[in-house]
Amino acid sequence: MSFPWAKNYEPQLPLMKWLDEKLPLPRLVYNAVGAGYPVPRNLNYFWNFGVLAGAALAIQIITGIVLAMHYAANAGVAFNSVEHIMRDVNAGWFIRYAHMNGASMFFIVVYLHIFRGLFYGSYKAPREMVWLLGVVIFLLMMATAFMGYVLPWGQMSFWGAQVITGFFSAIPLVGEPVREWLLGGFVPDNATLNRFFSLHYLLPFVIAGVIILHIWALHIPGSSNPTGIEVKDEQDTVPFHPYYTAKDGFGLGIFLIIFALLTFFSPNTLGHADNYIPANSLSTPAHIVPEWYFLPFYAILKAFTFNFLWIDAKLWGVIAMFASIAVLFFLPWLDSSPVKSSTYRPLYRIFFWILVVDVLLLGYCGMQPAEQPYVILSQLGAIYYFAHFLVILPIVSRIERPLPMPNSITEAVLAKHADKTSDATA
Amino acid sequence: MASETEAAAVIDDGVRRRDFINIAAVSFAGVGAAAVVLPLVNQMNPSADVLALSTTEIDISAIQPGQAIKTSWRKQPVFVRNLVAKEIAEAKAVPLGDLRDPETIDQRTKPGKENWLITLGVCTHLGCVPLGAAEGENRGDFGGYFCPCHGSHYDTAARIRKGPAPKNLVVPPYEFTSDTVVTIG
Repeated sequence: MSFPWAKNYEPQLPLMKWLDEKLPLPRLVYNAVGAGYPVPRNLNYFWNFGVLAGAALAIQIITGIVLAMHYAANAGVAFNSVEHIMRDVNAGWFIRYAHMNGASMFFIVVYLHIFRGLFYGSYKAPREMVWLLGVVIFLLMMATAFMGYVLPWGQMSFWGAQVITGFFSAIPLVGEPVREWLLGGFVPDNATLNRFFSLHYLLPFVIAGVIILHIWALHIPGSSNPTGIEVKDEQDTVPFHPYYTAKDGFGLGIFLIIFALLTFFSPNTLGHADNYIPANSLSTPAHIVPEWYFLPFYAILKAFTFNFLWIDAKLWGVIAMFASIAVLFFLPWLDSSPVKSSTYRPLYRIFFWILVVDVLLLGYCGMQPAEQPYVILSQLGAIYYFAHFLVILPIVSRIERPLPMPNSITEAVLAKHADKTSDATA
Repeated sequence: MASETEAAAVIDDGVRRRDFINIAAVSFAGVGAAAVVLPLVNQMNPSADVLALSTTEIDISAIQPGQAIKTSWRKQPVFVRNLVAKEIAEAKAVPLGDLRDPETIDQRTKPGKENWLITLGVCTHLGCVPLGAAEGENRGDFGGYFCPCHGSHYDTAARIRKGPAPKNLVVPPYEFTSDTVVTIG
């Protein structure tokens, strides 16, 4: 599953030799993220975000396990137990703020990771499975984040649970029973809170499992790179360790600085003040919005305000919202261009950036109340989002004339280097 | 040899005794596994204490015409509204064909008590509590209720008129125990 020139694990210490015979775990690590994994020599900093996402998951699991030691998943006391963590538990405020903002950091790096994949065509053959597993991880993350947000049992927690489980009531015929089954009642209540806590604790470990599959699938063809040209021989690669452990370590430092700034100086900026009001099933907050990382999808949900064909507006909204993620599963086959990297795709590159703007616009609209002009903007944004994947991509990949490409990674790197030296001498 | 004995066991139609044992064992295990899934799925449904359909008594004597109160039943909000004649007339003036979920105000109130509009305060879109029950709240474009979450407008009979909600606000089961007391549930 690796290149023939990959370095072999050769334990030196007798203990390590003994261990290698009984349980070759160090060998596995060496081949996966050590010197035994050859990686293209030209990765840029956008290739840091996979490791950063893994680090964010580790931070969430560690802080989460600690929080669970102090939190009580009972509708009567949940809100107060979170306040207890914030005020009484030693360093509790830090651990909770780290967990709260850690979720945002996780989504930030994952979105950058996804857009890296979109820009550089990482989803294309032979890495389709890596992409598909990534979308699965993204879905699991969304479910986990949503259920975690319910646990403090504040107003936003409660009404978030009400609205999101309400999606399921849009299913024809069985919708309402399905919703009651999910909630364990007619409104979010103790049963809901308990099961969400149980699942919120479980899913991160499921995510960790799918991440292992994601990396496994990646290591079969090996990592992609900014040119999108596959590795041809040994001079195209360097060993993961120490070259990319060092590069990722540097990126991790930057990540942790931003994370610390957010946690220590601005811990509530990304949250909602309403969630510091205990849940009240009789009063909806005046302006309910999900966490920032769901806003583009929320805007797509809200874009449907009218019945269309024989399907009502509510079901359309829910279908569109789920479809906006489901479409990503088809991406490797919607984009038929054999050229991976946008560097050599002048036309696709333009539409890539329009998509980025479109998703930001949808995010902005998701934040706004259900009024004009935001409704029409969400509608246009949603139409463009689907058009990008279902119409523009298939057409662009057929009519586009890619730029001339270097023959190998090494040639691309050396050409760049030659440019630089000639600039310097000129 | 084992293969020879197996070959000998093959009957004319090519089915071996072992095939039957395989199918029987796998089917038995499959049915058993499916049977175990049932309680595991069913435990998620509302439990007996949640299901125990509580009843709520409401004293409506203090609600003046034009006013509404918000109370709760099964932990869900309930709106009780004392409609004025103009609101009833407005609701009656709408042709049923214009409605997304066609119902007359008579179908949504009790005979002789058509000024008492009792509905769940749960938007049929995604379950927010609409505004309009309390004094000074936004009642939307049709003078009934307005859900701020995704902009659904309900009319004076709490019927959906505009926005993403598919259905009218639900009328819960209730009866007048006396002229001033209503029992919901």
